[in-house]
Amino acid sequence: MNRLDVKKTYKLYIGGKFPRSESGRYLPAKSVKGEHLDNFSHASRKDFRDAVVAARSAFDGWSKATAYNRGQILYRAAEMLQNRAADLVAEIARSTSFNSAEAKREVTLAIDRLVHFAGWTDKYSQVFSSVNPVASSHFNFTTPEPTGVVVVLAPDEPSLLALVSLVAPVILSGNTAIVVASEKFPLPAATFAEILATSDLPGGVVNILTGKRAELVPHIATHMDVNAIVDGAGDPEISAKLQAGVATNLKRYANHAAADWFTAKVEDPYWILDTVEFKTAWHPIGI
Amino acid sequence: MKTKLKPVKLSAKRAVVRLRSASARQAKRTVAAPRHAPVVPLNDRRLTFGSRWDYAPAPEESKNYVIPPQHELFINGKFVAPHSGKHFDTINPATEDKLTEIALGDEADVDNAVKAARRAYDKVWSKMPGRERGKYLFRIARIIQEKMRELAVLETMDGGKPIKETRDVDLPIVAAHFFYHAGWADKLQYAFPGRTPRPLGVVSQIIPWNFPLLMAAWKIAPAIACGNTVVIKPSKTTSITLLRLAQIFQEAELPEGVVNVITGSAETGTAMVKHPDVNKIAFTGSTEIGKQLAAMVVGTGKRLTLELGGKAANIVFEDAAIDQAIEGIIAGIYFNMGHVCCAGSRLLVQESIYPKVVRKLRDRIQTLRLGNPLDKNTDIGAINNKPQLEKIRALVQCGVAEGAELIQSSCALPAKGYWYPPTFLTGVTASHRVAQEEIFGPVLSVMTFRTPEEAFERANNTPYGLSAGVWTDKGSKIFKMVNKLRAGVVWANTYNKFDPTSPFGGYKESGFGREGGLHGLSAYCRLD
Repeated sequence: MNRLDVKKTYKLYIGGKFPRSESGRYLPAKSVKGEHLDNFSHASRKDFRDAVVAARSAFDGWSKATAYNRGQILYRAAEMLQNRAADLVAEIARSTSFNSAEAKREVTLAIDRLVHFAGWTDKYSQVFSSVNPVASSHFNFTTPEPTGVVVVLAPDEPSLLALVSLVAPVILSGNTAIVVASEKFPLPAATFAEILATSDLPGGVVNILTGKRAELVPHIATHMDVNAIVDGAGDPEISAKLQAGVATNLKRYANHAAADWFTAKVEDPYWILDTVEFKTAWHPIGI
Repeated sequence: MKTKLKPVKLSAKRAVVRLRSASARQAKRTVAAPRHAPVVPLNDRRLTFGSRWDYAPAPEESKNYVIPPQHELFINGKFVAPHSGKHFDTINPATEDKLTEIALGDEADVDNAVKAARRAYDKVWSKMPGRERGKYLFRIARIIQEKMRELAVLETMDGGKPIKETRDVDLPIVAAHFFYHAGWADKLQYAFPGRTPRPLGVVSQIIPWNFPLLMAAWKIAPAIACGNTVVIKPSKTTSITLLRLAQIFQEAELPEGVVNVITGSAETGTAMVKHPDVNKIAFTGSTEIGKQLAAMVVGTGKRLTLELGGKAANIVFEDAAIDQAIEGIIAGIYFNMGHVCCAGSRLLVQESIYPKVVRKLRDRIQTLRLGNPLDKNTDIGAINNKPQLEKIRALVQCGVAEGAELIQSSCALPAKGYWYPPTFLTGVTASHRVAQEEIFGPVLSVMTFRTPEEAFERANNTPYGLSAGVWTDKGSKIFKMVNKLRAGVVWANTYNKFDPTSPFGGYKESGFGREGGLHGLSAYCRLD
């Protein structure tokens, strides 16, 4: 007798835990051929708001962690990803339009990209800080600081690589993130969440929601405790709605949808600057 | 005569402490403006020296500088009449006398200016080597230095700012801004490691009335140094000095169309933001207008930087050098009549030194000299415009109604013009409107705290995040506070210092982007 496969329901990743959507809704994940693979959680407005609370609570600790520590944790995430590479390759190959060879390339690049950005945690502030030669007797310097809670919208494909390339420059400076995963191919993101959960990344630093983008976008734009949006979704209508959020509480908005995810151009330290604030401090010099 | 200071009341009971000048002479030549509460007499010779032994007037000479009766728009290197044919009056807020008439620019004028800027960008400015562009900026800086006194006088007459400030702060920084950015024009590749900076194109810039020429310099100098061309609009109440700067551009032989000045109303500004051939908007002003502009540029691909309001906390610890801190608090809130987005308008005092700080502050505001802005002894000039004066009065009234205690200098207010005496409110709580809203006037809200944690939490408890101040003698405490304060500029044991090399700009609803320094350049470049 044939053994019956165990099907899994993919869940959301919020505050280091894996809740189902509070709405009780699920969507079917289908392969490109249209076969039903598994069900995944269909995140609601409330799930998004819970994720913002989780991200805000995690911000203090994560932004206070030393740059050395954040770098090690990101590198640890790369180690975990390497360790689970075969699973992810299989997940991408069965649930997205990529075949096994393409999936392998995507996962390998995602690992290397994490390693690349892990190394920026303790360097970007040196590269982008300044000591300012003011014309008075003051010591004056400018340094970057994380802006706070950032919402990242991943494009549909490459579902894993784009997500990693967008999230790493956001969190490496100390921001916490809520990721809206690929709508068409959400399973690799959900599997990646399970990998993050077993890395040393504190709960709440990265939160991953699956579901329908258009449904969440108005709530993202109007949420008063979101500091910035990094938009990789590549949908002009969604971009316009997100940008309208700038007018609610002056969220920072950056659009990287046009990126070529498979080239090293994406390893761009200027992306880190999209979600940092520059602080200038003055102190008199004297005895 | 025996003099004794009244102890400062710490009770929440609404009371008003007023200081009264003893000078009958001063009272005769001025009429007191409506006050918010009855006067409680207080006689202290030390605090009334200014009126007992009056200063001789020391006005800066103004008659050498002739203000023409009418001002036109500056488009494509020439002064041209506005399309509407209309002009509006601009007055001296210290006297309410009409100074001149200013052209009312409309959409057609904005279109002409943008076209001129586009032509200048395509044909001349974007093609010019950075070294040559820089030389124009150096030239402009030098001419500004030559004409500094004249510009300071005009700025004071048009805006009500004390000559002491326009002469010693605004104008030197205006010249320094052009000087600093001149040198960047041919060195931009070093500002962006690994990338090639390119200009954006035509930039619309809208600036406020609190530092008319200084804001113009903050906007124009980096924009043109990076190879952009500019259409700029001053605030309706303060157009004169920017038009005078346009004459300086002519004198410097800046290619026509590189900088265009459009004067007018808010609608004129809207046309500048909405014009389809503009690549970037830079705005300094209120958070409310900033949000409206942000909504206007959605989906247009135009770049945007905003420098908006603030409600800065100035935090004084018990281990601070108190007298220095008092001077810093005074500079923080009464500089430029408090018409400063980064003004230290919330004073957070550690509980143990609260009575001492309030007493010293009360004494100190009494010695601030309010009056003719052209007088070199004047500390407090005129409020820039009538609606602003009304807003200040309304918010203070609201603070008193909500239970705060009002402490005001008893200085006499001139009969004509817009004036508000140096004021502070004690017993303010975090939920009071005067603790949350930007008053943009010489009004300080005083609160207390016990622990450093409480101090930065209270300081951060506003939607704004432009600036903050910290006063303590302990170095490690300074760094802790600098780290914890969510603000773009933190002044430690100093306040309200500005420099072209030092980036300025806010967190949260105080805007985004930086002005000045290395970091200010990215607002005017795209990176290839």
